[in-house]
Amino acid sequence: MTTLAIRRAQLPFWPTVVLAVIAWLIAWFITLPLANWIAYDLLGLEQGSQLGDAVAFFLYDVPKVLLLLGGIVTAVSFLRSYVSPERVRRTLAGRGVLPGTLAAAGFGTVTPFCSCSAVPLFIGFVEAGVPLGVTFAFLIASPMVNEIAIVLLWGLFGPGVALLYMAAGLTVAVVAGLVIGRLHLERYVGAYVWAIHSTGGQAVEIKLTLEDRVRDAWTSTRALVWKVLPFVLIGIGIGAVIHGFVPTELVVSIGGSGNPLAVPALVILGVPLYSNAAGTIPIIEVLIAKGLPMGSALAFMMAITALSLPEMVILRRVMKPQLIAVFVGVVAAGILFVGYLFNALYA
Amino acid sequence: MKKIEVLGPGCNNCMRLEKNTREAVAMAGVDADITKVTDYAQIMAYGIMSTPGLVIDGKVVSYGRVPSAGDIAVWLSE
Repeated sequence: MTTLAIRRAQLPFWPTVVLAVIAWLIAWFITLPLANWIAYDLLGLEQGSQLGDAVAFFLYDVPKVLLLLGGIVTAVSFLRSYVSPERVRRTLAGRGVLPGTLAAAGFGTVTPFCSCSAVPLFIGFVEAGVPLGVTFAFLIASPMVNEIAIVLLWGLFGPGVALLYMAAGLTVAVVAGLVIGRLHLERYVGAYVWAIHSTGGQAVEIKLTLEDRVRDAWTSTRALVWKVLPFVLIGIGIGAVIHGFVPTELVVSIGGSGNPLAVPALVILGVPLYSNAAGTIPIIEVLIAKGLPMGSALAFMMAITALSLPEMVILRRVMKPQLIAVFVGVVAAGILFVGYLFNALYA
Repeated sequence: MKKIEVLGPGCNNCMRLEKNTREAVAMAGVDADITKVTDYAQIMAYGIMSTPGLVIDGKVVSYGRVPSAGDIAVWLSE
């Protein structure tokens, strides 16, 4: 069979890209007026009533979050295709501890990372000579300083909050990485890990064309949005209920800076909660609008994304429980600190 | 007879890759033996960390992404 005969009919590339962008923009500007029209005119709900506001919010937020998510994940997946963990490992091996940790945290934010890669990634870094603390800085930064979260935060709260989240996340990753490195916990890494030899980290560099990258980005987006959809719908549903039915005074009295236990409670609550950033953002958005202080909100988000139970279960394959416990403890402590600090700064 | 190995522990991406590979084998009309490698030590012996990976006749043709059936079919006929 010839090459041409094998290539299935695919949409013409550039026209499709342009049309997709235009469609996105139209959808973006239509959602608020459309949601209000459906809730208040079509369904006849009363503006200002609890039910009316909750429904209007839900109808507006679902397409809005999906559009943001779709747009961001596509753009970011495309950019990320230029950075691979294999290339990062080559760069990090053999570096000094401090520059290595800083670089690892930085790379963690831009490198694509599927949870199922956590194990090979950990093994690969560790036996290539990347120090344990540096490896952890990468593992922490990657899910927490998640570009989806940052762009969503930027879109909802402005650049200040987004950059704050990013800076706080990076700091937690770097400090946690340094602390874990200092504790010299190598003996708690699964013994077989040290016996594995990957081919010296020399995986072939695979060339991708621009079109490959865009198509990949689009496929990843479809798969991810589909996977994330239930979390987003539930998150927005909860957000809508809070928006319509929970009074501001309640949120402020429980979660506000008047309650010193708010931050630890939120962090503890965040650990077993499994959601990606997209699902938490609608809830955070509404809670902040209801008066939850910025520090508490950020701490909650970080706890949910950085300390995920499924990932810990996966990491159990290469780490003894003591190491996982240290990892969770150090990161939780860092998040607590960030929570209190930003509550104080934003009070 | 081509020897194809799909590298990955079994998450969604790995399953999509296997599905695309089987489709590609049918499209290209070649004889192929497809195996799934889920053991991390074996996966890493190929020098990759980002799953899923695809190996054809011992050579790594893709890692860290899920190529389409069309792409894989082209590789199979090279």
